[in-house]
Amino acid sequence: MGHYVPHTDDELATMLATLGLTSLDELFDCIPAALRLAGGLELADGLSEPDTLAAVAELAGRNHGGLVCFAGAGAYDHGVPAAARALPFRSEFVTAYTPYQPEVAQGVLQALFEYQTMVARLAGLPIANASLYDGAAATVEAVNLASAATGRDTVWVSGGLHPHWRAALATFAAGSGHELVDIALRDGRTGWPEAGSGEKGVPGALVVASPNYLGCLEDLPAARSAADANGARLVVAADPVSAGLLRSPGSQGADVVVGEGQPFGTPLSFGGPYLGLFACRAEHVRRLPGRLVGETVDVEGRRAYVTTLRAREQDIRREKASSNVCTNQTLIAVCCMVQLAWLGTSGLRELALRCARGTRYAREALLAIPGVEPLVDAPVLREFAVRLPVDPVTVIERMAEEGFLAGVPVGLTDGVACDEGDGRNGLLVAVTERRTRAQIDAYAAALEKVMV
Amino acid sequence: MTAPPVDAAPGGQARSAPLIGRDAEPTIFEMSVPGRRAWSFPRTELPEWSAEELVPGAYLRPELLDLPEVSERDLVGHMTRLTHRQYSVDLGAYPLGSCTMKYNPKACDEAAGLPGLAGIHPSAPASLTQGWLELLWRLGDILCEITGMSAVTLQPPAGAAGELTGLLLMRAWHQAQGQGHRHKVLIPDSAHGTNPASVTLSGYDTVTIPTDHRGLLDMAALADRLDGAVAGIMLTNPNTLGLFEEDIVQIAQAVHRAGGLVYYDGANLNAILGVTRPGDMGFDIVHLNLHKTFAVPHGGGGPGAGPVAVSPRLAEFLPGPIPTRMDGGGFDWVTPPRSIGRVHSWHGNALALARAYTYILLNGGDGLRRVAEGAVLNARWLRQRLEGTYDSPFERPNLHEFVVSTATLKRKRGLRALDVAKRLLEEGFHAPTVYFPLIVAEALMIEPTETESPQTLEALASALLRIAKEDGEEAGKAPRTTPVGRVDEARAARRLIPTWDARERPIS
Repeated sequence: MGHYVPHTDDELATMLATLGLTSLDELFDCIPAALRLAGGLELADGLSEPDTLAAVAELAGRNHGGLVCFAGAGAYDHGVPAAARALPFRSEFVTAYTPYQPEVAQGVLQALFEYQTMVARLAGLPIANASLYDGAAATVEAVNLASAATGRDTVWVSGGLHPHWRAALATFAAGSGHELVDIALRDGRTGWPEAGSGEKGVPGALVVASPNYLGCLEDLPAARSAADANGARLVVAADPVSAGLLRSPGSQGADVVVGEGQPFGTPLSFGGPYLGLFACRAEHVRRLPGRLVGETVDVEGRRAYVTTLRAREQDIRREKASSNVCTNQTLIAVCCMVQLAWLGTSGLRELALRCARGTRYAREALLAIPGVEPLVDAPVLREFAVRLPVDPVTVIERMAEEGFLAGVPVGLTDGVACDEGDGRNGLLVAVTERRTRAQIDAYAAALEKVMV
Repeated sequence: MTAPPVDAAPGGQARSAPLIGRDAEPTIFEMSVPGRRAWSFPRTELPEWSAEELVPGAYLRPELLDLPEVSERDLVGHMTRLTHRQYSVDLGAYPLGSCTMKYNPKACDEAAGLPGLAGIHPSAPASLTQGWLELLWRLGDILCEITGMSAVTLQPPAGAAGELTGLLLMRAWHQAQGQGHRHKVLIPDSAHGTNPASVTLSGYDTVTIPTDHRGLLDMAALADRLDGAVAGIMLTNPNTLGLFEEDIVQIAQAVHRAGGLVYYDGANLNAILGVTRPGDMGFDIVHLNLHKTFAVPHGGGGPGAGPVAVSPRLAEFLPGPIPTRMDGGGFDWVTPPRSIGRVHSWHGNALALARAYTYILLNGGDGLRRVAEGAVLNARWLRQRLEGTYDSPFERPNLHEFVVSTATLKRKRGLRALDVAKRLLEEGFHAPTVYFPLIVAEALMIEPTETESPQTLEALASALLRIAKEDGEEAGKAPRTTPVGRVDEARAARRLIPTWDARERPIS
């Protein structure tokens, strides 16, 4: 159909005549004839807008929406306030390009500057970039930075890192040459090798998630000690919601803090677009991946913002760039910034507290069901893992019929969290501020029922 | 003929956009008043345990985390004023070369907002997400048809991520062939910067191939650099000058003979939709920028989506899991047997993929061909209007974009490409891409896209022709009507203030 090509037939004819052409096909004479598609694409013809939207809605209708969500694993069912739904979706944010012309991009630039400030505060570090793709990508970039800073390729990866993030690290290690060494969880927390034992090589980077994939709070000072004992940099993958209650990773010695920003202002979205949070110490700023917005002044001395330290980036530095990232997740960063401003100091604490209360209540309710046991026993904040007497995959399907998304199957193989069954029937359960006592009670009752 | 075909007001010129006042917008931090709040949470009836009862004390932060404390009204005011300081496609034309800043249909926004898509958890089992799997499977199938490839991963969240994924596929394939020693990737000197940056991250080395007098890949230089260490070549076609690499079949054959693979950077696919396909040219690996060609909005810098499609021999290496139609008609996730692994936390930028799918349904095969025709017609027409005023470094007919230079204007009157770009902002248009590709001095790279009308094109042409008559000293004062004037980029780097908290003590 081509609804969005505005030219009338008369205009097309006139423009072609101006170019000395008689047909649109002649526009492509510079393409060898043998390469030109004779019959066109084998695709259906275009649809009207109502027909298109009906077709997409029909597909959307075949997803089981509306389940009460107890699934987490890096994607959380938090509330998104109307302001965070509306503001970032104004045309000016949605349909702008990367702010290469700062004089007409102060809106996006200032929003990113405010976002960077908030992310730096969450991390407890002085520098945050203007976003990366997702938690996995941010972790990969952090490892690249830490490895470059130390000149060492060995990376100790906590068994509590999100299995998908661990998988992405492995994928990209094929190019970077990083050697990933899994450090097993013991009782739900990372058991770092004794200093000087040499059993796992000498790492340039340590990667630990806190809360980790099983929801357990890690001992970050112990991770820092393990990093120091090896002269390594410490990368902490942190849950940004937990920051409302927990000490920041930066204040506990993290060199780089990464995270998944989805909980702030982004719906579940079937996994994307999400938001890679990235913050680091000032000494690493010249290795920082991606864009960085800085404050400056214009010719009249007025406050202004611009992307800065551009010599790190791929379009200037090419093969010597600190990263290849170009397009990032700016719009999602703006969502995050709006939601954090909407929460404010007291709201962020209240959010984390409410998640923790629901988690405590749900954990106790589930553990009261005969046959349900804790998978591990370390302190948790807003997500926890239980061991069911039956296969969690079946439980999740049955619970859907009861109106719940019951959680995410979780395994623990040789101390490394994984998303495939290891025979222990692990189920990872997350509770956000949206879950009420009545929902949790009904969830526990349904779980008991479907496991019979 | 220099007048527009029909005399009407240009719909894509933003000179009337109102900008109230010339002051800086305060930061959200400056609006903060302790104790003020916008938040509210649902009533849950849960026990009100204290933080100390819930978390061991050693983990608790000693003080509250400082965030702005503002009313919702002030937050909304702040963000709305920021939008008034931001140019966008919805405001006016955005002829930014290589970026394909076309109009993004509102229907695609509406589709991506459907609760049945946006409200779905990514870990939900396939049995509960058949609609999503079918949508992604259909999109993959369509992208294979458009590119002439046979299998696809939708995971890469942006073009550069697609490039790196494609190069890791190249690497896995060579290793499987016992060719792990190959380490060179050939890249034209006109390539996007992401290409060599991705090559480095893939563990390969970049070898640059020069552009010849035609504006095309130098075939003699290619022959000279092809050896047993070459893993492959990365090309954009049409290239970043907007010119079709007419030797592409010979290039692909030569690289294949040398044992290498041929990689297609899909940044410029808009030019050839429904006209020709990378697969038919001999490419093995193709990444697409759905945020360029398929109207996913750029979001001020992202999110995008960068699917990678491959020829049959590479399909078994693709990242997984992949939405797959099973016997019996249902859909499930299947990971290819020799998959390189995951490249995303979940399934890629799913809502961006849904937008692209919606755009393709709206256009259909017939409409996509019209997209390419409109894009090329607009670029060709605009280039002709500028001929004789701006330098045209290459004579060949362009496709969807073209590069002109102010080299002569700079020599005569000191008018630089940057000055033209900044003056154009005053005229109510976004600037073209400047100083790229690197092989053209004082380059202006212009891509009007198919969604701009002839009237808008004429207004853009008139502005560019008017600016070309000005001298560099006067034009150098532009822009004067924008929310800020030219910004001091050197100062931003010298006294680094990346956060509100760094203002007292900039990082040097």
